Amino acid sequence: MNKIVEARFLGPDVKLFRIDAQKIAEKRKAGQFVIVRVHNDGERIPLTIADSNTADGTITIIVQGIGKTTKHLNSLEAGDFIHDLVGPLGKASHIENFGTAVSIGGGVGTAIAFPTAKALKEAGNHVISIIGGRSKEYVILEDEMKAVVDEVYATTDDGSYGFHGFVTQKLQQLLDEGRKIDFVLAIGPIPMMAAVAKVTKPYGIQTVISLNPIMVDGTGMCGGCRAVVDEKTVFVCVDGPEFDAHKVDFDVLTKRNKMYLPQERDSLDKHVCHIDNMYDAKVKQNEKVA
Amino acid sequence: MEITNKQRMAIKRQHMPEQDPNTRNKNFTEVNYGYDELLAMEEARRCIACPKPACIEGCPVSVKIPQFLKAIEKGQFAEAAAILKQDNALPAVCGRVCPQEEQCEMVCVVGKKGTSVGIGHLERFAADWERNNIGIQLSEVKPATGKKVAIVGGGPAGLSCAGDLIQMGHEVTVFEALHEIGGVLMYGIPEFRLPKDIVRAEVEGLQKMGVKFVTNFVVGMTETIDELLDEYDAAFIGVGAGLPYFMNIPGETLNGVYSANEYLTRVNLMKAYDFPNSDTPMFDLHGKVAAVFGGGNTAMDAVRTSLRLGAKRAMIVYRRTEAEMPARNEEIKHAKEEGVEFMLLAAPLELIGDENGWLRSMKLQRMELGEPDASGRRRPVPIEGAVDDVELDVAVIAIGNGSNPIISKTTPDLKVNKWGNILVDGSTMKSNKKGVFAGGDIVTGGATVILAMGAGRTAAKSINEYLNNPETW
Repeated sequence: MNKIVEARFLGPDVKLFRIDAQKIAEKRKAGQFVIVRVHNDGERIPLTIADSNTADGTITIIVQGIGKTTKHLNSLEAGDFIHDLVGPLGKASHIENFGTAVSIGGGVGTAIAFPTAKALKEAGNHVISIIGGRSKEYVILEDEMKAVVDEVYATTDDGSYGFHGFVTQKLQQLLDEGRKIDFVLAIGPIPMMAAVAKVTKPYGIQTVISLNPIMVDGTGMCGGCRAVVDEKTVFVCVDGPEFDAHKVDFDVLTKRNKMYLPQERDSLDKHVCHIDNMYDAKVKQNEKVA
Repeated sequence: MEITNKQRMAIKRQHMPEQDPNTRNKNFTEVNYGYDELLAMEEARRCIACPKPACIEGCPVSVKIPQFLKAIEKGQFAEAAAILKQDNALPAVCGRVCPQEEQCEMVCVVGKKGTSVGIGHLERFAADWERNNIGIQLSEVKPATGKKVAIVGGGPAGLSCAGDLIQMGHEVTVFEALHEIGGVLMYGIPEFRLPKDIVRAEVEGLQKMGVKFVTNFVVGMTETIDELLDEYDAAFIGVGAGLPYFMNIPGETLNGVYSANEYLTRVNLMKAYDFPNSDTPMFDLHGKVAAVFGGGNTAMDAVRTSLRLGAKRAMIVYRRTEAEMPARNEEIKHAKEEGVEFMLLAAPLELIGDENGWLRSMKLQRMELGEPDASGRRRPVPIEGAVDDVELDVAVIAIGNGSNPIISKTTPDLKVNKWGNILVDGSTMKSNKKGVFAGGDIVTGGATVILAMGAGRTAAKSINEYLNNPETW
């Protein structure tokens, strides 16, 4: 059991948690993840560690409520406990001074890109960060990013904030302006990462993405997280989670991520119904008292 | 009244009562019911108490078999359980999953002229009797030595090592990567063969004796072996099998294709059979066709699980014949009774999916037995042109595991072979690194629960000697 010491929403359905986890805080490096289980019958899901504080022994994770488990997680508050938390898992990001590095985060992907962007800056890179979101409220960590990197550009699909367009269009704009870019890190939805790979490929820019497939144990035992990279099967949990974007088979990745879509919908519907019922019962009870 | 050996040997082996095959293939409740007291005493009477008991030598943990059988015969069931536990930390588990027919029962003298004594069934009986009637009794623990041992991995090897070391008076902490203790006993072996409450009860017994358990701790990642050695006087590595092998045929990344590890972990440890009451989803097998590739116990577990998840057709696909199957006879027999099809002398060439990436069929190559290979077994060779298309929704690959790289990568001075298995002295389980011992699947590659437990015991003995005299090791 790990105690949540801070919990706050950064955007719609996007919540930041600071959790007591002394050993993980001491050990973790940028790019690594934890596996979380919310309750006793819960599933195990991987979440990238966004930050850590060795002084108070906490790690930070940022969660987007999409399925049953992440929505349940996002209903937790400071003082609540995470049932199981294990890590740090996976390989750390490969960090070196590339020259100019661009860190691209789409939606909650910005949270995953954040620690690596920070590490790239610490390694001496000139770091440009592009933070994308559907609209203004989905652009997260802008201030935090501004505090650690050199340039930050927010983009929104609907133009409600910052650059009007996709993160790839902003990246293309930088390239068109003749900016010399030596390294790109892109983290976000699969279509976004595939699009970034497509933009950087003709320029021969080394591009890394972080994969977030379905996992169970997270230590290599189950093989459920396998992906195809450079025409070979890899286990994302032990061989990754970061891979060369130009070698990842995005088609396999996309299809495998849909493996449990019907069940996930079913599970979420029941969960939401359950919460609604609890709410209705409470309202009725209050009415009675009144 | 004393009976003669001739009379003893004339008694027929008592049949293990079990659920009806057509009922049990639809539920996850345990298949075998176990002996009652009368059946157990009658079965125990079949032991002729050989002066040189071959059965003890046949047992990887050297259980004093004739002694505990004698106690059962006399109706002293608590005594029988106590004798068992002197040598076996997990008797209720071993009574269920040990391949007795290849060990104690294979060398049983009674078996030479008929059927061997049902040692496994009796072991199960004694352990169950104790747990159900008087609760698990704790073995005696020697005075504290003040020495601390870290056990890496809460599976059979680690638990058996922990059970012995705690009795020797050492302080023992078991570090487990998953959220429950038990390793393969929890994630791998299904409920219908080994109820999880039984594993939990035996683990609880160890806990009451003083073993400390830390879950959610991946040694190598959360802390390295070297960091543990700063705090502990010795370490035992029993992290089990590692990364599952795939067949390297086209189509293995299709949806519906699982490693046996993932398939069984979802169903057992994560309780996916109870979805959506438990959150972990599983492919919906109702009315679907499942094939399991492989012929070991894991393959049998996976294929029988498929039936219980509602598959209309569940088959074993194995490239040799039944005689070469590594699975226990009982598992093969149970699988057949439950309606599993055995497609022998057959190997998949390709898994074929639809445009959305879902498995739809396989190309299956028929084989025949050719010339003997290096192992002396006749090698299966493809029959030219004999390739079938078989409809398929779920494929489970149960052809074994490689080693897990986490420990070896984070402990560079620990010697491993080219497959990543830790190199140890086979008689002591000592690795090349001072104070570090290892055993179980991480040393041998995929084997059985009891062999891992045997290695854990051997290691416990060595660790005890090492702790007493570190400079001589």
